[in-house]
Amino acid sequence: MDCLALRDGLFFGNQVVSGLATGGVYALVALGLVLIYKATQVVNFAQGDLLLLGAYVGWALTSVGLPFPVAFSLTLVLAAAGGLAVERLILRRMIGSPLIAVIIVTLGLSSMLRGVVFLVAGTEVRRFPEDVFGGPPVEVGPVLVPQIHAWALAIAAAAVAVLALFFRYSRQGVALRAAADDQQAAMSMGIRISRTFALSWGLSASVAAIGGILLGNLSGVNFTLADLGQQVFPVAILGGLDSLAGAIVGGLLIGVLQSVASGYVDPCVGGGLRDVVPFFALVVILMVRPRGLFGRAQIERV
Amino acid sequence: MPARALTAGPQLVVADLHLRFGGVVALAGASLAVQHGELAAIIGPNGAGKTSLLNTISGLYRPQRGRVDFEGRSLVGYPPHHVARLGIARTFQNLGLFRGLSVLDNLLLGRHLHLRTGLLTGGLYWGPARKDEIAHRGLVEEILLFLDLQHVRDQVVGTLAYGVQKRVELGRALAQAPRLLLLDEPMAGMNVQEKEDMARFVLAVNQTRRVTVLMIEHDMGVVMHLSQRIHVLDFGRTIAAGTPEQVGRDPRVIRAYLGQEVA
Amino acid sequence: MLAALYVAVPALASAYQVYVLSTILVACIGALGLNLLTGYAGQVSIGQGGFLGVGAFTSALLASRTGVPFWLSVPAAGLVTALVGLVFGLPSARIKGLYLAIATLAAQVIIQWTLSRPAIAGGGSVAAPRPGVLQDDRIYYLVVLSVALLAVAFARNVLRTRVGRALVAVRDHEVAPAMIGVDVAQHKLLAFGLSALYAGIAGALLGHLGRAVTVEQFQLDLSIQYLAMIVIGGLGSLPGSILGALFVTLLPILLRAAVAPIDGLLPGSAAMVLSSVQVFLFGLIIVVCMAVEPRGLARLWARLGGALTR
Repeated sequence: MDCLALRDGLFFGNQVVSGLATGGVYALVALGLVLIYKATQVVNFAQGDLLLLGAYVGWALTSVGLPFPVAFSLTLVLAAAGGLAVERLILRRMIGSPLIAVIIVTLGLSSMLRGVVFLVAGTEVRRFPEDVFGGPPVEVGPVLVPQIHAWALAIAAAAVAVLALFFRYSRQGVALRAAADDQQAAMSMGIRISRTFALSWGLSASVAAIGGILLGNLSGVNFTLADLGQQVFPVAILGGLDSLAGAIVGGLLIGVLQSVASGYVDPCVGGGLRDVVPFFALVVILMVRPRGLFGRAQIERV
Repeated sequence: MPARALTAGPQLVVADLHLRFGGVVALAGASLAVQHGELAAIIGPNGAGKTSLLNTISGLYRPQRGRVDFEGRSLVGYPPHHVARLGIARTFQNLGLFRGLSVLDNLLLGRHLHLRTGLLTGGLYWGPARKDEIAHRGLVEEILLFLDLQHVRDQVVGTLAYGVQKRVELGRALAQAPRLLLLDEPMAGMNVQEKEDMARFVLAVNQTRRVTVLMIEHDMGVVMHLSQRIHVLDFGRTIAAGTPEQVGRDPRVIRAYLGQEVA
Repeated sequence: MLAALYVAVPALASAYQVYVLSTILVACIGALGLNLLTGYAGQVSIGQGGFLGVGAFTSALLASRTGVPFWLSVPAAGLVTALVGLVFGLPSARIKGLYLAIATLAAQVIIQWTLSRPAIAGGGSVAAPRPGVLQDDRIYYLVVLSVALLAVAFARNVLRTRVGRALVAVRDHEVAPAMIGVDVAQHKLLAFGLSALYAGIAGALLGHLGRAVTVEQFQLDLSIQYLAMIVIGGLGSLPGSILGALFVTLLPILLRAAVAPIDGLLPGSAAMVLSSVQVFLFGLIIVVCMAVEPRGLARLWARLGGALTR
């Protein structure tokens, strides 16, 4: 392949579509990151590793014979439980500590998760059962979209929709948004902040797990999922660390950016652009417009 | 360093200041003038915009409209550290002290602008750096003596009594050798004895060290006793200014505080 | 104490022990740098591993590809890394310290990618030769020791003069330092540059210690290791940086000794098991320390000392 060779529109279309699929998944996982940030002011550096863990747990459950939907749901539940446990056992102890301490704790957590996964799973690539998302590609105009891409995007979109409905119409969801917006006011209305903290962690872990399973289907379950998981940070910064809508837009944009960049520019630089281009974008965003596309100007200094 | 009359006319002029945060109006035409060497106070009900005014003068906020001139030079648009460099120091309502550092280190931080030592020279800590450090320590010792803080010089600030912490903050502001000192509620949260001590020190700073003082204060007794001139703010606007006697009799002031006409 | 380090150690210790000590000393320099940035200036950084890599590769490339002598390549590596640190520290002028951590993650990822380009090493290793005089591990150790001592003295001096105080002020408050005349943006940037300088020199020394450098040595896990060092030792504590470096460097060695007997029973190779257990443990250490005693070993030591002298 030649560097920057302008191939036909079909190639471009394929890159965009596969980018949208991964981007949709990023969007979902980034929602979790934004959720925790909005509710607790903490940047959860373990979000990417929760994705990794979710992928392996999901795979493990399918490999012992559970049908995919069951494995999927069970992983979700386990992830939620895990998120709640982390919040309860570790983060609640740190209430009152300076934020820098809590952020360092999430870094430590991230390392712990990686260590466990690496120890148990090693470096081989695992694959989800082929028949789950096998089947003929979907036709979208001239572009042939592999089933798995279509499903990934669809499931991610469905999850986002469910979350949106949850935030809009359920009591817990509204309480969460209120607490994320103004903790004092929420408390004075009787909303239990500890519960919203727990809820945000449980939800974030779940969406990370969904993301992990989807990405695991897209590109195999192996340690490099950790690198994909890391992309959630450029996504959140691009969209705006405190914007739920931003996470969605950011995810799709980064997904497409990754895909197009690696498709066209990889040959020029010896590969590997997929994982690093979003971070170049992140540095640019931080220099030019730190609050991202939709964030409020909160991360900028007075 | 005494407040020298560098320019004719007032040292600080604030004219028709307007400040808004989104929909919230903080200042709507605040004005005042402070003469060289004066001890002036800003009073007004809660939410009148007093701290916003001080914050705007010190460069933390940028007003939408209006002028702030210090010794003939406009301050609007300058970042806070530049305003400090021009000779203005301030204290904060909630204490802007560095609680993990000792009293001495906090005061030495006040000398930041005057010390010459940089990264390399400081790291090597050779002749000039050493002399610099020692010279400024001497200056700071003098302030410690002036404010009666020598006995706590090595103590970590976070462990001190509130009243003492406020005095340390005053000391740090003094260490900057300012020509104008902005105090945001220096007596807040103090008991009677601490207030008397602080009042004594503020007066001494103004009279003996000849530093112009502009302070926000709620304690009327202190304000009436110390200040030569009082500016009254309400709803972000100056509603009266004058000597303590004049202001105390002004019906607009009384109405602002009590919310009703006084016959 | 100094005499012991300079004379007794080379004379009495085995070559392996001297090598380990050199590794610890290198870690001390890197940990000091990170503590200056994170512990003293309050900017969380997970890019230290990457910066060490920049230093290591710069010195190795200069020495092996362009024949620059060790005595020049190491300081040059430090300066180059400082510059890279300044570039990645630029966002600090506009964003609050906590979110800067994400920028340091970007630094780590970008540096890792850059160092693995074909032009540099293509994933292979770059030789980092030592000059004739330093071939002996014991002599090299003396050089590393001297640099480490200089690094400690320099840091200590900086911290007790104007710039160091300003750095601490920047950590503790967002607004107040500006009112004293401290240019907050400038000082944050300075902290990045200084921290990267230390990392660069540490990396260069490490590279020449092992006589070769590869990208695998300088990944995110190394950054987390350094974070663990300053967390254990104590954020914002000079002796803590040293204690932490000692502890964290020795831990893998102890682990290796512990795992050796049961090598056959483990899934996968011993190396992989060790690596993952290590990663897990460092994370656990960070979590436990921050939750229990954020001021680290140094503080515990001080408290213990205080309790004993009562």
